Formats: sequence, structure tokens, C-alpha cells
Amino acid sequence: MTSKHHAQEDVFTSDRFQRSVKRRRGAERRLKVFGGTAIAVATGLLLILFVSISAQGYTAFTQTQLSVPIDLRAEELRVAAPELDAALRNVNFRKLVREGLESRLGAAEDRRGRREMMALLTPSAGYFIQQQVRANPDWIGTVRDVWLPASDDIDIIKKGFAPRDVPEEQRLITDRQLAWVERMEAGGFMEGRFNSMFFFGNDSREPEIAGIFGAAVGSILMLMVTLVVSLPLGVAAAVYLEEFAPKNWWTEFIDVNIRNLAAVPSIVFGLLALAVFIRLFGIPRSTPLAGGLALSLLTLPTIIIAARAAIAAVPPSLREGALELGASKLQTVTQVVLPSAMPGILTGTIISMAEALGETAPLLMIGMVAFMVDTPAGILDPAAPLPVQIYTWSTSPERAFAEKTAAAIMVLLVLLVFMNSLAIYLRNRFQHKW
Amino acid sequence: MPVSLTLAVIFALTAIGFLSGLRRAWSIGQGSRRDLHSLPVYHGWWVALCTLLPAVILILMAVIIKYPLIDALVWADLPDSYTEGRNRAVTLSRIDAVAAGIETRQAVTAEEQAAADRMLGLHNLFDWIMGLAAIGLSLLLGVYANARIHKDFRARNSSERIFLGLLVACSVVAILTTIGIVFSLATEALLFFSVVTPQDFFFGLDWSPQNAIREDQNVAEGAFGFVPLFTGSLIIAGIAMLVAAPVGLLSAIYMVEFAHPNIRATAKPVIEILAGVPTVVYGFFAAVTVAPIIKTFGESMGLTVSSESALAAGMVMGIMIIPFVSSLSDDVISSVPYRLRDAALSLGATEGETILKVVLPAALPGLLSAMVLAISRALGETMIVVMAAGLAANLTANPLESVTTITVQITTVLTGDQPFDSPTTLSAFALGLALFLVTLVLNIIGLRVMEVYQERYD
Amino acid sequence: MIQSLFASPKSQRPKPEPVRTRGAGPAVSGGHDAKMVCREVNVFYEDFHALKDVTIDVNNREVLALMGPSGCGKSTFLRCLNRMNDTVDGARITGDVLLEGKDIYDPNIDPVLIRSRIGMVAQAPNPFPKSIYDNVAFGPRLHGLFDRKSDLDELVEKSLRRAGLWEEVKDILDHSGTGLSGGQQQRLCIARAIANGPDVLLMDEPVSALDPVAAGVIEKLITELAERYAIVIITHSLEQAHRIADRTAFFYLGELVEAGATEEIFTNPKDKRTKHFIEGMFG
Repeated sequence: MTSKHHAQEDVFTSDRFQRSVKRRRGAERRLKVFGGTAIAVATGLLLILFVSISAQGYTAFTQTQLSVPIDLRAEELRVAAPELDAALRNVNFRKLVREGLESRLGAAEDRRGRREMMALLTPSAGYFIQQQVRANPDWIGTVRDVWLPASDDIDIIKKGFAPRDVPEEQRLITDRQLAWVERMEAGGFMEGRFNSMFFFGNDSREPEIAGIFGAAVGSILMLMVTLVVSLPLGVAAAVYLEEFAPKNWWTEFIDVNIRNLAAVPSIVFGLLALAVFIRLFGIPRSTPLAGGLALSLLTLPTIIIAARAAIAAVPPSLREGALELGASKLQTVTQVVLPSAMPGILTGTIISMAEALGETAPLLMIGMVAFMVDTPAGILDPAAPLPVQIYTWSTSPERAFAEKTAAAIMVLLVLLVFMNSLAIYLRNRFQHKW
Repeated sequence: MPVSLTLAVIFALTAIGFLSGLRRAWSIGQGSRRDLHSLPVYHGWWVALCTLLPAVILILMAVIIKYPLIDALVWADLPDSYTEGRNRAVTLSRIDAVAAGIETRQAVTAEEQAAADRMLGLHNLFDWIMGLAAIGLSLLLGVYANARIHKDFRARNSSERIFLGLLVACSVVAILTTIGIVFSLATEALLFFSVVTPQDFFFGLDWSPQNAIREDQNVAEGAFGFVPLFTGSLIIAGIAMLVAAPVGLLSAIYMVEFAHPNIRATAKPVIEILAGVPTVVYGFFAAVTVAPIIKTFGESMGLTVSSESALAAGMVMGIMIIPFVSSLSDDVISSVPYRLRDAALSLGATEGETILKVVLPAALPGLLSAMVLAISRALGETMIVVMAAGLAANLTANPLESVTTITVQITTVLTGDQPFDSPTTLSAFALGLALFLVTLVLNIIGLRVMEVYQERYD
Repeated sequence: MIQSLFASPKSQRPKPEPVRTRGAGPAVSGGHDAKMVCREVNVFYEDFHALKDVTIDVNNREVLALMGPSGCGKSTFLRCLNRMNDTVDGARITGDVLLEGKDIYDPNIDPVLIRSRIGMVAQAPNPFPKSIYDNVAFGPRLHGLFDRKSDLDELVEKSLRRAGLWEEVKDILDHSGTGLSGGQQQRLCIARAIANGPDVLLMDEPVSALDPVAAGVIEKLITELAERYAIVIITHSLEQAHRIADRTAFFYLGELVEAGATEEIFTNPKDKRTKHFIEGMFG
């Protein structure tokens, strides 16, 4: 019998066995190499993602600024506080800025020259000075060197994203502007400085003064609405399903529903929010209230599933102990089960809030793409949350918005990594409690 | 009276109700709780719940019937000469837009202005009636609940019953959401299908809604064909799966079977964090980094590559789905019982053979359902394609060309300055319905198979 | 009662005389017919010394029962015999384990080959979720033990016959192995191990998860298999050891306390730990 014969060969000495085992170990090694390669590829791709975004974004944290002397000795400014606002409105700060520039660079010979000189700075330079003076009335009566944001073209040239040493028609700026830039640089009146406008400013058509503050506030307001709606709803639903619900087709149906909802594309929730919250209930478009409600529906399944798992993990002995002491079922749940399940619920909540923070598509449906110059002050003010801001900036034609987009992504990613790490830390910290 | 003010008043009444219930219980018990059936705090809860819940339910119901009711009143009031031959829903949403001061394409007629004014007036009146009714109900029930408090009143049982009812209501929200999705998508989609026939939609090969909105054009001229969008979604999802399935599956195999426990303990949370990277980030990456690289590379090989190629969007979507695939596969592979691995090893299988010949076949149903769920996710993914795929419908199988997807068109249609009443806007809901149904079927299959699989090894 | 317990069904078979090696230590060898020889085997899991200086032989055509309280090292020892401890992270083995005089821990020999010669049957039946045929053919396919499909068919049939399962499954070979009853599944696992053509069969409480009837069938099968293979079986039941084992080894806290002919160990234990254990079991 052939098989018998093969099996009886001595595995220690049989060449055939040795060869076949070598082949089989080779196949195994290949599998291992494939697996390792897959991990390397996945990590590599994600590394490329992060590196390319950081490489594009980090330059946005500094901003080219020009030091311009501003003469604030004008008579009409020397007024007491009540009339100061009116006086500030009357002063032509743009002119003061231009005079400051001319004192650095010499007067421009013609109107075109003056325009080109003013184009070194952001168009909002005058407004910028006005704000500064309003905040520091003691500047009045002095001549001050003020750092003003350069225009986006100058910023790009200074950061080296566009070439200097090419013929004028291929360059972003004119020969004259280039000469001024070089003079300012040589005099130490032009340098890259920390870009506080990016963190504390709001959206703007001018990339050099656009910031993420308003968007971040919008995101926070929206997440607050989401949290207030979805956490109680989710925990209550989870408590019912885990602790009270009878095991019947209805409960099963709810369960299937929840797990399906967790996999429904987020854009569908946007359509739902548009049809129900905005058209049916008349909630104003573009508001954190509308966005928060839409995201609540989106995060609810995640929170319910996490809360159920956390509640199910509470050992029955704790419940029995409370019930034996004469607590009602509801008291047991609120005073024993929920506190024990809290870390798990919290973990799930943080993860779902992180998910909501990064969500974009459903917000586009309910008009949260609006251009917002003002910081939203409440949940009924129009707002454009951070990811939407990233989206709108990424579609802007100005070259300078590309680095802003990448920088805003970096901020968003830092927030998300922080939230997720917190969730993972909480989970690991409390996992082995029982 | 605005809804927010009404709610504020009711919350204040609730707080007062709680305190008064508490006080009444204390005074009946004469400072001692021994004589009372329930603790005073439960009497407080009882009054508070009676004050709050019916009023809030009333407001919710009123908000739900508000728009249909006012629409009906406004419509009935419009002169027959105006309503003749017009679509009710389209007309009403136009008047709604006029009332809200939203720009519309056509000039506002006197009838429409009058109707819009009437609509605003009715809204105001409705809010007042609703507000007063809700506050009245709240007061009435609060006083009644307070009066019911006596020594033997089972406040704990009563308020616990109400709490339990609340819990049930919360668990029903999930079902309401599903019903809401189906209902809202279906209503608007039906409105769309009254303008464009379902055949034209589901079998049409051309999608060009922008052309169809001009006044002189017939909107039903086959410009709303679903087929090129669906194939576009499929192509991009297919490319994504070509990237994500092998990489995700192989990394999961490596993680479960070969990786040192320490590596595994670090890598799992990292993968979870990566799964949390927002899609708008991947979209930016696809549009700004990957698409130009693919274009340059393709053109250096003499190929014509669109700068919005399906390949770029699909590949980046694949990267996005890798963590999803790998963590689902990880769970599936880990749940194959250890005794099967031991059996294979003790029969003289190498670890590799154990995985390929025993573990993977045993995990196959679970892995398949993981892939199905991943495909569903890819089909529904929006931001990557919005930022990196094309806008123009293109019925092609060439991944180097630009294609558009269902989700891109939904977004484009709804973020453009289209009026609410146009078939273009409504088409978004028809697309949404189609997307919802497709992903629903995939999800149900995926989740069901996964469930059966996990039960098998419990 | 005691009489029937002690009546071994195999008492007719000639039993090799116990031979003492290594001075006053336990009777480790059943005679000159040693299939496997273990000398001073130690196993460590990380810092835990799980098995201490175990020296014993496994004889041809004989059932060796391993007994002792839980955690005493029986399973660890069993897994040493087919190098399954290699799959445990942090496990370290010293000493000699010889199969027909050759070191199975020789670095030049791949453990998968060792495992093809030394079959193992687990405590709970663990058939693969494959057809009955594929379950049995799993090992032969791995090791390439046949040239033609008909050879494989023959091998599957022979293995199933030896495991006493052929008559029950010959018409449902394409059905899933997981669909069989518990006792049938365990016999399928035995057939699967036999199909590799092993010299030694290791069994870790093979009937503890089965009902008494199925357990009886398997016990009978083990006695039959002992006419062909060397069998090492872990058991918790003294009755079972009595019924099927020619020799019994008693383990305690990682040490081999005592080994010898089953009747000898049970009626006249040399070590008081063995005595306590046996008395404890009898109540």
C-alpha cells in the first residue's frame, strides 16, 4: 500500500520529507512576508498621508509680516473714550498705512506704483490698524512700528512657493514689488512671524488673514448639541434594551435597526435632516442646532451599541446585591449599574463625538457651507464647522489657501487623535475592573 | 410666542413642580419620611414629570403637524385660477421660499406674495396657540399631580413607570430614524418621479441636470439617468476594495497569527485612531497629492489620465477603508476557536498551513461579510469623491477617466443655488433613496452573515 | 465492585516486566520495547517550572495513563511528546525526548514532521468545519502521503474503519464533520490522527466531554488501537485507567511521582502522595 509505505518512511532521514517540509516552510514564510508587507504598505501609505499634509501645512503657522511705522499723532484722534469710536471711523487708516510704507520705501512715482505698494500688504491692513488702536488707545499720539500681514502673493514669494528669479510676466509680483520686498527683507522689516490670525481669526476671502476660530467655535457648539441630545437618548435606549426589554421580536427588531443605522451612509442622514429638521420643523439652515441634531442621529447608534456593551459587562452579582438590599429595578440601574458602566459609556461617547467632529457630508446637505465672517455666538447663528471650513478652503482657487487647508487639517487631526487616545486610555484603564 | 420661550417657561414650571412636590411630601410626612409610602424626592419627580412630559409631547406633536396643517390652509386659500394645473408640493415649497425671503428663479407674483404673507401670519398664530396650550397643560397637570400627593401615594411606582415609558420611547428613536429616512426620502423622491419617470431615472444612461433647468428645456428629456452615477460609484468602490481587501486582510492575518503580542497591543489602538481620520482629510490628500502623482505617472507612460481620475479617488478611498477591513477581519479571525488551530498543528500543519487551510476557511463567512460591509461603506462615502472625483457623468469602465458618483451628485445638487422646487433638487432625494436601499441590502446581508458566523463559534 | 474495577480487559496480553532505571526512582520503563524515551525533561513557561526532571518510557503496543490532580503537569508532559509546547510563547524545554532512539528536539528536524509521527487527540472533539472526508484527508494531504486519489480514498476508509466510524459515515463522507454527534466527532478526530500513520497517539482526556455511552465506545476503541500504536492518555478516572491502561504514571506538582503497572500502582502505591490521591478518589 503506497500510503502506508510513505507514512512509514523515517521522517528523520527521508529526503522526500525534508524537501517537502522545506517547501512548506517556504510557503509559510511567503505568507508571513505578504502579511508584513501589507502592514508596511498600510502604515507607509498613512505615513505619506500625514507627512504630505504636514509638509503642506506647517508653513501656515508662520505668516510673512511687514513692519510699518504708523503715525497716530493726528488731532482728530485725541478725543475721550465716548467719541473715540466715531473718530476711529473717520480716520483714513489706509492712508496712514500707505504713508508708513512710503516712509520705508520712498514715495511711489504714480498711481499704479501706489497700488502696487499697497498690494504688498493685506487689503485689510487699514481695518487691522483700526482694530489695534481701538484695543490700545494709548497708541494715540505716537508713531508706532506695527507688524502687518503681507498679502498672500508676497507670503507665497517669501515662503518660496513661487519663484522669484523668473521674468516678470511669469512671476506673481512685479519687478518693482520684488525690489521693495528685497529692501524690506534687507532692512529687517519683513519676516515670517507666528500666525496668530490663523488660530484666533475667522474665515475671510483673504487667505492671509483667514483663521479657524469661528469654525472651531461652530464645531464646539454643534458637538454640544449633539452630546446633549444623543448621550441621554442613547444611554436611555441602551438601559432599556439591556435591562428591561423582554426578549421578543420587537426588541430584536429595534436591535437590527440600530445596527443597520450604524452602517447607513452619513450623507443619507444629511438628507433626512434636510427633509425633517429644516423643511418640516423649520429649524434655520446652517445653524449648529440643525447640524447638531443631524449628527445626533448619526452618532446615536454608536453610543447605544457602546453603552449596551458597557452595561452588559457589569457583572450580575452587582445587580443582585442591590436588588437583595431592596432597591427597585430602576434604582439598581441608576445607582449601581450605570455608575459601573460609566467608563465604557464615556469611551463610546468620546469616540462617537470624535466621529461627529470629523463629519462633513451631512453638514453640506443642511447648508453649513455658508461663508461666515463672524464667530457664531449661539446655536441659532449660522456657522461653518471645522471640517466644512477645510472643505471650502480646499476648493478655493487661491494658492495660499492650500497651506491653510493643510494646517486646518493638522489642527483637526490633533484634536481627533487626542480624543481617540483619551477614549482608548479610558478603556484600557477601566477594562480589567472586574 | 417662539418655541424656545415656550420651552423655557415649561422648564421653569417643571423645576417649581419638583420643589413643590418635595415640600408637600415633607409637610405631609411632618418632617419625617417614615409615614410616607415613597421618599419625598419621588413625589418631587412625580410632579416634575407630570408638568414636563405631556407639555413637551404636545409641542412635539404640534411641530410635526404645523407645516402640513398650514400648507393645507394656505393651499385651500389660493385662488383656483392660480392653483389650476400646478403641482401642490412644488407650489407650496415655492411659497415657503418666498416667505423665507429666499431668491427664486421666477419673479414673485401678487398671489404668491399674499399667500406667503398669510403663511407667515399662520405660523405666528400657530406658535402662540401652541405655546399657550402647552403652558396651560403643564400648569394644569402640575397642580393636579401636586394635589394627588398624600400619605399612601405610591409616588415611586408612578414615577418609575413614567421613567420606564421614557426609556422605551428613547429606544424607539432608532426605529423612528429609519422610518424618517425612508419616509422623507420616499416623499421627495415621489415628487421627483412625478416629473421624471422612474424608467428614465433607473435606466437612463445620461445624467446632466444642469442643462435641464433652463426655462426652454423639457426637464423630462432623459437628463436624469441613474446608470452612469451608479457605475461610477461601483468603479470607485471596486478600486477601493482592490486596495483595501488584500492589504486589510493580510495585515489582519499577520496581526492575529504572527505579530508579537506587544506589537499587537500597540498596533490595534493605532489602527483604531487611523479609522477615525475624517474623510475630508483623505479627500484633500486625494485631490492635492495622489491625483497629480497618478496623472504625471500615467502620462509619463503615454496614457491619457484625467486629473480627477477614478483611480485616484478609488485608491485613497481604499486607504481609508484599510483600517475598517483590517479591524473587522481581525475580529473575525480571532474568533476562530483555538482548538481548531491546535488540531491542525498537532496533525503536523505548519502555522502557515493552519491559517490557509483551517483558520481562513473557517472564517470565510465572517470575512465575506466584512468585505460586504466595506463595499457598502465605500459606496456611501462622500467627501473623498466630492473632492477628488469628477462632476460630469461618464459611462466608462476606464479607471483613468473621470467619473462621478451618486454621493457627489447629491452633494452638488444640494449645495448649488438651486431652488427647492426644481426637479434637480428633488433628484437628490431620489438618488439618496437609491443609495439608501443599495447600502441597506448590503448591510443587512453583511450583518446577518456576521451574526450567524459569530453564533457558530460562541 | 472492586473486583470488577480491577479486571483489566487486556490482562491476557503479555505484559513486559517493569524495569527500574535510575536507582530508586519510579519505574519508568515498561521493558525493551520502548517507542519513546524521556530523560530528565524539564519545561519552563517564562519563570514557571512546569515540569521537573521527568524520566519515563512510552512502550510499543501499550497504553500509558497519566494521572494526577489538575495542574500537575500531565498536559504539559503530553505536549512535550509531540513538540506542541513549541507553539506556546515563552515555553522552554530541557532534557531528552527520543523517538525510536532519535531526538525529536533535534534542531535539524522540523516539528511538523514529528507531529506527523505522533498523533494527538484533544479533550473536546475539534473536527474542522470541513467534510468528513476532508477532515481525515487533512494530514495525508499536508504530508503528501499518497500518489493517487484512489490511495487517498483507501487511506481515509482505512483510518475511519480503525476508528470504528466507517459504517456510520461511509454514505455521508461529504457531510460536515461538525454535524456528527459528540462521540462520532471524537472518533473522527482519532481517525484524522491515525490517517497520518503515526507511531504514537497522545490523548488528553478524550472522553471527558462525552456522554457515558459514547465514552464507552471510545474506551473500547482505545484498547483496540493499543494493539497497533503506543498510546499515552491523560485521565481523571481511576476506573478508566484500570480498564484500559497497562501502566500508569502519577504526576504531582510537576514531578513524576511514581510509574508502574496499573494494578501495582493502584493496589500497592510506593509513594504516599499516590496513595492519598487514590484513596481520595475512592472516597
